[in-house]
Amino acid sequence: MTDAEIPAIVVDDVVKRFQVPGERVMTLKERALHPLRKTSRHELTAVDHVSFSVTPGEFFGVVGRNGSGKSTLLKCLAGIYAVDGGRMFANGRMSTFIELGVGFNMELPARENVIINATMLGLSPRRARERLDAVLEFAELEEFADLRLKNYSSGMLVRLAFAVMIQVDADILLIDEVLAVGDAAFQQKCYDEFARLRQEGRTVILVTHDMAAVERFCDRALLLEHGRPVMLGDPHEVGLRYMELNFAREGDDAEQEARRESDRFGDGRAEILEAWFEDADGERVAALPSRARCSFVARARFSEDVQDPILGFALQNADQQTVLAASTLSLGPELGSFRAGEEVTLRIAFDNVFRPDRYFATPAIAHAGTGFAWIDRRERLVDLVVTGSSRTDAIIDLPCDVTIAREALDRPPSEVPG
Amino acid sequence: MSATDATRSQPLGRPIRGPSAVGGDWRRLLHLTRLLAVTDFKLRFFGSVLGYVWQVMHPLLLFGVLYVVFTEVVPLGEDVRFYPVALLSGLVMFVFLSESTSQSVQSLVEREPIVRKIQFPRLAVPLSIVLTALFRMGLNLLVVFAFLFASGGQVMLSWLELPLILGLLIVLAAGLAALLSALFVHFRDVKPIWDVLLQVIFYASPIFYPITIVTNDQLRAILMCNPFAALIQQFRHAVIDPSHPSAAEAIGGAPRLIIPLGLIVLIAVVGFTYFDRKAPRIAEEL
Repeated sequence: MTDAEIPAIVVDDVVKRFQVPGERVMTLKERALHPLRKTSRHELTAVDHVSFSVTPGEFFGVVGRNGSGKSTLLKCLAGIYAVDGGRMFANGRMSTFIELGVGFNMELPARENVIINATMLGLSPRRARERLDAVLEFAELEEFADLRLKNYSSGMLVRLAFAVMIQVDADILLIDEVLAVGDAAFQQKCYDEFARLRQEGRTVILVTHDMAAVERFCDRALLLEHGRPVMLGDPHEVGLRYMELNFAREGDDAEQEARRESDRFGDGRAEILEAWFEDADGERVAALPSRARCSFVARARFSEDVQDPILGFALQNADQQTVLAASTLSLGPELGSFRAGEEVTLRIAFDNVFRPDRYFATPAIAHAGTGFAWIDRRERLVDLVVTGSSRTDAIIDLPCDVTIAREALDRPPSEVPG
Repeated sequence: MSATDATRSQPLGRPIRGPSAVGGDWRRLLHLTRLLAVTDFKLRFFGSVLGYVWQVMHPLLLFGVLYVVFTEVVPLGEDVRFYPVALLSGLVMFVFLSESTSQSVQSLVEREPIVRKIQFPRLAVPLSIVLTALFRMGLNLLVVFAFLFASGGQVMLSWLELPLILGLLIVLAAGLAALLSALFVHFRDVKPIWDVLLQVIFYASPIFYPITIVTNDQLRAILMCNPFAALIQQFRHAVIDPSHPSAAEAIGGAPRLIIPLGLIVLIAVVGFTYFDRKAPRIAEEL
């Protein structure tokens, strides 16, 4: 940011609290009967000291889980909620799209609704009328301009609403998950519009939990959790962190722990102490980008002497399909003898060729032989989230080299139709 | 991650303030008020063949009933010139006051979808209700004037008072509309209370009876302290026929008019101030 450039949006230490009523006095009668009763309320801090600034032309993502305060932050920016602390500044005309088609009335024809909606979004009525044709054209609904909205299909409604939003000419657009609606073709159209908005240098703040959209469009992203900013930066890294937050928490609760204990088999001559995943740098991770090199590591201690045990693990995806099984059998059947009290660390390195999903690892130690005489087996002890933007249907996402060779035609190119 | 350090030395652009009654932009307030009112008006008569006729039917029917009752059954206005027109004018003004206030009470709650989804001057919501009622009063007043001419009334210089009288009536109605709509967000029993108060206002104002029927000077003065009663009386005096006592005569001297006028100002100030104070939090308290 140069000194001359004024940020499009500045959010400085903004706090938003909600009064959550316990027993709310809702009538004058109650107020009159109990004038001294304190209404019991507690406060919920929905946005907790958030600061960031957005440069003009930036596509800025705000992500977070449900209830993380991202929509509240947007409503504060939009001027719908008053904040309880901090300051916000905008430089340019701002328009908010928390919902498509605010103010649409089903009884009135599309023509009127476009003007109502555009005026509500900030155009003057005259400008709204001037824009009417452009809106109808964009929505491809010119023939239906005089049809009442109640006779519109839902797809047509969405198209109309989105068309108004594009045509209101705001410098700064605040968008809240409007893309969750519409069929695939329409979503593609929205994405195309996003790309166009980006090229035009409009400033966009997009609130969503669709990480694919964030990674695809946003220059930067802010991750919120419980109203607090967790991370601000590169969308891809924010995406990884978001995945971690999303999936990490379930592992913590006691119920999960108990279930894990009950999913434990074996005669107990050895104990798997812990297991984890590591990335290529040897850091413990809960989420890994697709196609990175990584390792599964388990630590175990023998409580009795064991001859030629087998140590290994199996990796299952969310559909409980085993996508990888590896063990010390690769080293040969005779691992030697282990003494009571000895601790071992098993490390299995592999290329993460799996598609983005959630995976569960089951480490196990077994007696030599069939491999089913368990010493210790801990069902789904650790999980791993694989992140990435690839959208394959296949279980694994193997890197491929794709080439295409085209044979030259005998005819000269001018005769090729089209 | 603090934006403050990086940007303190520069101008930061326009501060984003939360929602408010007016929003610092009068034109947008006017645009939205008009838009909401016109839409409402269209919706009410959309698809009905008789449209405008229904518009004037409501006061006309009430007028018909009261006319029969008070000319044939209980003759109240025999010695009053243009009693039917006076009766109708009072009704039209009361219908305006009643519509603009009783529909405003729940207006913010009913407009919840837009209140919670976009930033706009909150005052547009109750004001649009007043504006819709004003359209209808305009149409109804045409009927009043038609009756006036039909029964032999004449154009008078004192008609110039009409804008002032209607202006005060609008200020009164708008002040009440703002107050009631903001109160209703917190106190849901405002609605039944106001419905009863409207009935009281109806009978306490000289709508179907001429004020001259109240012979006790003190009682008449008290009745005329009601700003709505004073406005009706002045309308009759200035617009229908000078034989109707003016508000000043009815209350017992022009200086006393300070009371109804003061009440109008007070209601407007209290109403708009309360609304302005509540406006920033309306979206989250609905």
